[in-house]
Amino acid sequence: MATRARIRDSRSDRIFTIWNVTILTLFTVSVLYPLVYIVSASISDPHAVNSGKMWLWPVQVTIEGYRTVFAYHEIVTGFLNSLFYAVVGAAFSVSLTLLAAYPLSRRDLYGRGPIMVYFLIPMVFSGGMIPTYLVVHQLGLLNTRWALVIPGAVSVFQVIITRTFFQVSIPEDLLEAARVDGCNDFRFFFRMVLPLSKPIIAVNALFYAVGQWNSWFNALIYLTNQHLFPLQLVLRQILILNSVDPSQVTDASLLAHQQALQDLLKYGLIVIASIPPLLAYPFVQKHFVKGMMIGSLKG
Amino acid sequence: MTSSDTSTRATTIGTRSIVERRLRTRRRSASPTRRKDSPRRRLRASWQLYALLLAPVVELALFNYWPMLGVQIAFRNYNPVGGIWGSPWVGLANFDRFVHSYQFWPIIKNTLILHGYELIATFPLPIMLALALNHVRRKAFSRTVQMITYAPHFISTVVVVGMLFVLLDPQTGIMHYLLHAVGLPTPDLLNNPAWFRHLYVWSGAWQSMGFSAIIYLAALAGIDPGLHEAAIVDGASKFKRIWHIDLPGIAPVAIILLILSMGSALTTGFEKVLLMQNTLNLNTSEVIDTYVYKVGLGSQVPQFSYGTAINVFQSVVGLVLIVASNKIARRFSSSGLW
Repeated sequence: MATRARIRDSRSDRIFTIWNVTILTLFTVSVLYPLVYIVSASISDPHAVNSGKMWLWPVQVTIEGYRTVFAYHEIVTGFLNSLFYAVVGAAFSVSLTLLAAYPLSRRDLYGRGPIMVYFLIPMVFSGGMIPTYLVVHQLGLLNTRWALVIPGAVSVFQVIITRTFFQVSIPEDLLEAARVDGCNDFRFFFRMVLPLSKPIIAVNALFYAVGQWNSWFNALIYLTNQHLFPLQLVLRQILILNSVDPSQVTDASLLAHQQALQDLLKYGLIVIASIPPLLAYPFVQKHFVKGMMIGSLKG
Repeated sequence: MTSSDTSTRATTIGTRSIVERRLRTRRRSASPTRRKDSPRRRLRASWQLYALLLAPVVELALFNYWPMLGVQIAFRNYNPVGGIWGSPWVGLANFDRFVHSYQFWPIIKNTLILHGYELIATFPLPIMLALALNHVRRKAFSRTVQMITYAPHFISTVVVVGMLFVLLDPQTGIMHYLLHAVGLPTPDLLNNPAWFRHLYVWSGAWQSMGFSAIIYLAALAGIDPGLHEAAIVDGASKFKRIWHIDLPGIAPVAIILLILSMGSALTTGFEKVLLMQNTLNLNTSEVIDTYVYKVGLGSQVPQFSYGTAINVFQSVVGLVLIVASNKIARRFSSSGLW
């Protein structure tokens, strides 16, 4: 196939292919370069980085930066908090999404149309930032961990994708067969549907967990207690507001160079904060694209 | 999950329930799609499905529908004592105040320019990437390109903005040294209102382009290969095939995505704007949402009613945009949202 095509290639097609590959390569390099630079900077000597001696590969490799990151109190608590929010938040969101999607995928659900409309309306209209804040306030969730887990836990878009997945991949005959054998809806959902839906569960879990890990704005408006802050909010303080508090560092040897503390922190912090979502991604990728496609395109 | 798995599971349940069936005295109706029963019977027949729906329905009622009722404070003068239902009505006073405030036009202008620019700049990029990837013959190469270009999608907004700050720092950033190496002076991009929009839009393109291309790649994969084969036989060049086969093939998907992004254009990316904003670039970086945050929740003296009114105003503009773009799409092609 490949050889046949190569013989046929006209002059213009060869030019096209060369252009195509060149542009794709350039684009990929431009995406990759900042990432490589940050990783290299995080393990290089901060003076070499700040004076421009390091431009691609690490110079005078040191793990001082990471030592500082792990000696900084707020970062460690933030990291653990974020893990909590990602795991608990994703578990809660995935459960609600599955619970909503399965009944909506059933054609014999009485009143399916109106219920679907009930789920679709929030996609178009929303109360907005302030009314939502007032509700969270009235429910007494302000300044608790649950303020980041419970409000907005269901993404209607994910519900639709999951519902479509169920419609496509759980054959109606299976339900009939189970019914004949005296299986009720609860049992069918927990014993048949869930075990058959691992790809879509993985897609949902990745979507919600990464969303939780990367979110910061809800924490900014709902939390004032520093001990509950997720990592992203700590990152915002250090990277964007430029406020580093030396008293947060316990390791005395690191305090010696307070001046360089901030520079030491920055790159390592960026890497640490990005690793969990990037780690999750290849594991779920094979499910991800497949589940996403089945769910969205065949609708 | 393979099909053999499915069938073994089905048979285990089958054998187990033969026993159960003997124990059972009453049998259920066999067909799940029976339609002739009375509503009451059908309600009772699917009570378990309603039970499953209960939790998500309550969640939406609390955090999506209840705030919608709260929107009425846009027409009231909210005070904590009266709350949502008891504060005095003021009619359109809050809207009036916003429309006549000296910040009204600059904010509207900033919002429309920023998101218009973003839409125009980032809409064609994933399409071009998908078309280019689609015509790469070496699968290993196209897979590598995809792997790398997806990656930034998973990085958080805070980190992306933090990276911008670090890389573009006029004293210590790598940009300074790269420009220095070719003998150019280093501008302070981060505090410059003229650069805010470019930084916002192109860092967004850097982050989302690879991931957005997925949907176009899927649409391209759905194009009948026979069309390409016929075109090759007729001597069409690759460029011609892209123009006459691939582009029309993905046009419906592209149009739907464009309309959807028109509708949400005003609200997306607000968190990033807030992160990139500083007192020096406020001239171009103050948009409706950041302003709502500032007068509403971010301020020492929160003005809940005023903030909500501005939000309602924005939703109305968003609705007008999505309806208008759907109309336009309808006129020029057969595809639209409705």
